[in-house]
Amino acid sequence: MPHSATLRQFKLPDVGEGLTEGEILQWLVAVGDTVTVNQPLCEVETAKAAVELPSPFAGTVVELLHEAGTMVDVGTPIITIDTGGGEAAGGAPAAEPADDGEPAGAGDGEPAAGLIGGTAPGGRTAVLVGYGPRTTEARRRPRRSGTAAAARATALPGADYGSGGTDRPPLPTDDGPPLLATAPDMRSKPMRHGGLEVGRQAEAAALREDAAPARGAQPGRRGPRPLAKPPVRKYAKDLGVDLTTITGSGTGGCITRADVDAAVGARTAPAAEPAAETRTGGEQRIPVKGVRKATAAAMVASAFTAPHVTEFLTVDVTRMMKLRSRLAGRPEFAGVKVSPLLFVAKAVLLAARRHPMVNSSWDDAAQEIVVHGQVNLGIAAATPRGLIVPNIRDAGRLPLPELAAALGELTETARAGRTAPADMSGGTLTITNVGVFGVDTGTPILNPGEAAILAFGAVREMPWVHKGKIRVRQVTQLALSFDHRIVDGELGSRFLADVGALLHDPGSALAY
Amino acid sequence: MTALPETEEMVDPVPGAAAPHLPNRADLVQLLTPEGDRVEHPDYALEIGHDELRALYRDLVLVRRWDVEATALQRQGELGIWASLLGQEAAQIGAGRAMAASDMAFPTYREHGVAWTRGVDPLHVISLFRGVDNGGWDPVATGFNLYTVVIGAQTLHATGYAMGLQRDGAENAALAFLGDGATSQGEVNEAMIWAASFSAPVVFFCQNNQYAISVPLERQSRVPLYQRAAGFGFPGVRVDGNDVLAVLAVTRQALQAAREGQGPTFIEAFTYRMGAHTTSDDPTRYRLASELEEWKLRDPIARLKAHLSRSSIADAAFFQSVEAEADELAARIRSGTVDMPDPAPTEMFDHVYAEQTPQLAQQRADFVAYQASFEGGEH
Repeated sequence: MPHSATLRQFKLPDVGEGLTEGEILQWLVAVGDTVTVNQPLCEVETAKAAVELPSPFAGTVVELLHEAGTMVDVGTPIITIDTGGGEAAGGAPAAEPADDGEPAGAGDGEPAAGLIGGTAPGGRTAVLVGYGPRTTEARRRPRRSGTAAAARATALPGADYGSGGTDRPPLPTDDGPPLLATAPDMRSKPMRHGGLEVGRQAEAAALREDAAPARGAQPGRRGPRPLAKPPVRKYAKDLGVDLTTITGSGTGGCITRADVDAAVGARTAPAAEPAAETRTGGEQRIPVKGVRKATAAAMVASAFTAPHVTEFLTVDVTRMMKLRSRLAGRPEFAGVKVSPLLFVAKAVLLAARRHPMVNSSWDDAAQEIVVHGQVNLGIAAATPRGLIVPNIRDAGRLPLPELAAALGELTETARAGRTAPADMSGGTLTITNVGVFGVDTGTPILNPGEAAILAFGAVREMPWVHKGKIRVRQVTQLALSFDHRIVDGELGSRFLADVGALLHDPGSALAY
Repeated sequence: MTALPETEEMVDPVPGAAAPHLPNRADLVQLLTPEGDRVEHPDYALEIGHDELRALYRDLVLVRRWDVEATALQRQGELGIWASLLGQEAAQIGAGRAMAASDMAFPTYREHGVAWTRGVDPLHVISLFRGVDNGGWDPVATGFNLYTVVIGAQTLHATGYAMGLQRDGAENAALAFLGDGATSQGEVNEAMIWAASFSAPVVFFCQNNQYAISVPLERQSRVPLYQRAAGFGFPGVRVDGNDVLAVLAVTRQALQAAREGQGPTFIEAFTYRMGAHTTSDDPTRYRLASELEEWKLRDPIARLKAHLSRSSIADAAFFQSVEAEADELAARIRSGTVDMPDPAPTEMFDHVYAEQTPQLAQQRADFVAYQASFEGGEH
């Protein structure tokens, strides 16, 4: 977005005391709207409250920088407003905001209820009072470069404000341990505040780069102390772990107990040593959190709990594709998307009715197999926030047009990032549509707790033997992974063959 | 002045049965009804001219506008926090305008309306909430002490100040502001005991806005707050806090009694906080929307406006001029806030002691050197 003199951006402020981020619940303005100072722009939910943000500028909305439903870090621009060179911050304020959006002058009628007081959506975790997570956007200026700064720093006995006492970080040696994997980031962008020590580490990293020629002049100096809380230091010491060999995963690169545990694990298992890699330039380290973290945990839990078997089937789906064209023109399918996925879903539902054991779960605690009474059909969806698997409740009861509508709604909701947690729980059988990415097939990992998952590949025109001759046909690949504790090869094969048969000859559904 | 009730049962036998929540009780002093009708009270006569009535209206509107603008500025990231007075304008303007110039007010952190009546510039208050100073007004010159964030502490300051006035033989009074939640604090009870023991010229002005952040009053007191005064041995009175005229009359009388050596009074201004406790609070977590709607009908500004219009004390032109003035004030507050310069980091050393100590001077020098070790500036 080019910035001309009249374009102003409003950054998400810290509307509580020490908040790090907020979710944009909804936009109250659209691109092209004319806004006045203090006109509510959007509703934002923080860890403390849902509040409306009033516009600091008057002008025309040029761009909404984040969609509703996204989490935005404090300090990130959220909207661009063209102030037309006229009113900006400091201009004439608009009329007092009234709680119902009506223009209200002070003193006539009801008092504006302030900017809080609207009905808040449920289900949020609010911190009522007090200071939330510490989140100062500490953007530290680099220290004055070169040895002069270092000399000044050592010359000033009182200049050491860190908790590290005398081991203020000197210029690290060439072969010293890594400072912090994230240190370069701290210099280039706002960081969550990790206390003075983090600042000192960042400064030391800056110094190291700035004063590269001076390195040789400082041989044998100790590297800086790695960041870790005292109990973790003791824990590491007790286990004989050298903290300088660990990359911290905590706030600001702080080494956590889990990091020490991981280091011990890595030591016992002769695995790769990551320490050396943390120093390479250009490497990006992304904290594992949110959907990624949940996905990782679920996949590990699934892959190492359920013995997976995957079977493949290549199917001629030309007839299905023709049926799809015919159905798409029918009035009952008006307004819904008749996708190949719809037929795969229907085929899976029909085949699952014939083979109910694929729609089951392994209850390890009870030593029982739970055969579900209905199919809650999960659809793996790639969203901006990562992989999620919302499901359609009792999908087997839905007639085809309703199933199509449910699929459309599910994917739309997922893409908008609005999928409710409840819609992601209770799935019993899952389809993953890898074909949309143009690939043929894969070996899907079971959604934890489910006995089967079907991967649906791309539908391609392929040479295919049809009625004794080679024809160009529309062909796809199916891959079924199942939990071999519940599903044997025979059952898995029959189920997959049924799905394939239904897609090859949709008319065979009449036989079900 | 309400006399000490001799026979009244002080302890509510059934918890919550007589919740002080219920408005319009017989013991509520009111001179202007929510509908804007002027009524008389046997104990509190108020002679007030048209100019003064219009001035009160102007105060209420401008203070509300200031407050709304400040809340918006906080939402725009220009203030660290804001404690809104929305709904409590009449309690504050009435109390502030009841004071004589030589009286001294001891505010909490919400008394923007009182600050207004004492001539404190709104930007001086806002700078505190922007975090660029510690309160920039002169407490002596304005008769308005610095904001006190520690709940209830200012009641001790006020009582001590009043005892000083007493010893100086000055004919002034101290007005201690507090909220309903503060009445549960030890300091407030200590202050009231001292004030009673010495008949100090102090008036405790409690804005009962019904919630101690999220805790409703009935969780804190089994008796109406004003009745507590009897336990300390001085009169207590409950006034409609959304009735600027009643607040003015009751507070004037209490301050006058204090100046005349009749000792302290406890005033419970029965009002409602229409907004959040502060901008960090979400009142929908603990209040019902229906309650808010009820209180909207008791708006302090609407009733005075109705009275002024109906009695032909003010015309449309007057109301428009006040609106225009409010717009100007809001614009001045907005530009004054965003243009407010950041203080030098070393300023934090300047106001710790009246006279700098060697240790602090050393710390300051160290800090300056530390700051100078960064690129791009000397501090």
